[in-house]
Amino acid sequence: MSPRPGDRASLTSRLLIYGLLVVFGLMTLLPFIWMLCASIKTKGDFYTSQFLPPGHGFLGVAWDRLTLSQFAQLFRDLPVARAMLNSVFLASVCSVVATLCCAAGGYGLAKFRFRGRETVTSAILGTVVVPTALLLGPSFETLFHLGLVDHYAGFILPTLAPAFGLYLFRQAMVNSVPPDIIEAARIDGCGEIRIFFQIVLPIIRPMLSAFLVISFIGIWNNFITPQIVLQSPERYPLSVAIFSLRGLYGDDNSLIMAGTLVAIAPVMLLFLLLQREFISGLTSGAVKG
Amino acid sequence: MNSARPHPAWVPWVFIAPFVVIFGTFAVWPLLRSLQLAFEQTCGAQTHVFVGLKNFRYLVLDPMFWQAMGNTILFTVGTVAVQVPLALGLALLLNRPDLRGRAVFRLIFFSPSLIGMVFVAMLFSPLLEKRTGLVNIWLHALLPAWNIEFAWLETYSMTALILASVWMGAGFMMVYFLAALQHVPRELTDAASIDGAGPWQRFWHVVLPEIRPVVGLMTLLAAVGSMQLFDLPYLLLGETGGLNGRGLTIVMYLYQTGFTVGDLGYASAIGWVLALLLIGLALVQRRLARRTRED
Repeated sequence: MSPRPGDRASLTSRLLIYGLLVVFGLMTLLPFIWMLCASIKTKGDFYTSQFLPPGHGFLGVAWDRLTLSQFAQLFRDLPVARAMLNSVFLASVCSVVATLCCAAGGYGLAKFRFRGRETVTSAILGTVVVPTALLLGPSFETLFHLGLVDHYAGFILPTLAPAFGLYLFRQAMVNSVPPDIIEAARIDGCGEIRIFFQIVLPIIRPMLSAFLVISFIGIWNNFITPQIVLQSPERYPLSVAIFSLRGLYGDDNSLIMAGTLVAIAPVMLLFLLLQREFISGLTSGAVKG
Repeated sequence: MNSARPHPAWVPWVFIAPFVVIFGTFAVWPLLRSLQLAFEQTCGAQTHVFVGLKNFRYLVLDPMFWQAMGNTILFTVGTVAVQVPLALGLALLLNRPDLRGRAVFRLIFFSPSLIGMVFVAMLFSPLLEKRTGLVNIWLHALLPAWNIEFAWLETYSMTALILASVWMGAGFMMVYFLAALQHVPRELTDAASIDGAGPWQRFWHVVLPEIRPVVGLMTLLAAVGSMQLFDLPYLLLGETGGLNGRGLTIVMYLYQTGFTVGDLGYASAIGWVLALLLIGLALVQRRLARRTRED
């Protein structure tokens, strides 16, 4: 194959490209690095050094002045372990059930012809641009009437039917599930529920896992809904619990940065483990469709 | 094709029922309720008075609402104007065919969008401090004329919010742009090069038209999200949006009137004005997208 024009850039332009990428990359990472350093410094070292405290150790850093006491304080003296458990519980339940709800709903709307299909579809998809804030007050009212305020269920139930998720799964069903397969399974005498779980879901598996991760992260990061719905501190997820540290320990930035690190680390790890599927699943609908 | 055994009429409903029931209870019903509330004055959960269009008439004359609206539009325009070119630029850099380490750079740029607004606020609050914040210290080191007392949070609230949200969102947008760029057929750009088009001309006349649908969609999504800005200023600047409401946004004002003051009626009126604005934005984007497709 002959070299294509533009494939090899001159040395200067390549240096420029890598230079720009490294500069922007550092600007992106700098807040994370700073946070990591802040979380292992003592309260006293927080303002006297930008990253790690200077000293006579290796690389000019006072390694012996670093501490993990903030993390110990978070987990021993403060209810951060409980909040993390709450976050894991809420994000897992919500993302798994919401993914199933959206996949089933998308399947029902995409693969069956029935009366009312158009009405249901446009009613749901029409609300995609409705600002979530508009629903805050009236949903709180609804939860109040149902007696669900300050219950996990009051947080979980409203997150189970996101219009955007239904839209994505309906698209996925239309684009990648051939009707012949369903028809063939029916002829073979396969039940409707089994067709969905054993034939349809495996086909859209990349979409399933991408949406699962997206919703997990979305629920994990949600602040306003748990702030309104969950009122007892023992039910707080990490977002609310870590933020409320600012009230009591506002002057202890090291503790607050340690708390923030603890709250974002699980999501970062999850993403690092699943990033390949995640990014391709994320962009597949938008780019092809 | 004649099907062997048509499915019973109830089958599709089994699949859509869970979604529809939950959606009806926690989205449709509150939505209808908010429409009703917009024409009522409420105080707490008990007292409702029908007031007709009074909420909307009051809204037009409410200086706080207009301030919030101005701030929100400024934030949206600022964020989109910085984020879209930045994301596109990074995507173009990463799309170089001979680039090494693309996956690592993509991962780095994407990582801030994984963390929630709450945590971004927690992180940027010390970073943007006047004298001790890293942003001012570094800017001062780079440009000695930079005032180390530059009050990001207190005075330049909107600039600070734009900075934080671009840091958070540019990489997310970039991932979409990069995916779109990788779908641009090589034959097109190659043909343009053979015809003597420089890199700039190739970008404007060949690449950009190809990826325009994705750019349009992402711009719309960023604008719709930015118009609903709440967490970041609420957590970074406080419930009232900082000094003189410099960082007050529409949704913050909605939250304040609905939950702090307790007038869900007025809050719903604010929410519906915002909803109409967003629907208008979506319609404009659709019309633009259709027009470019017909060209």
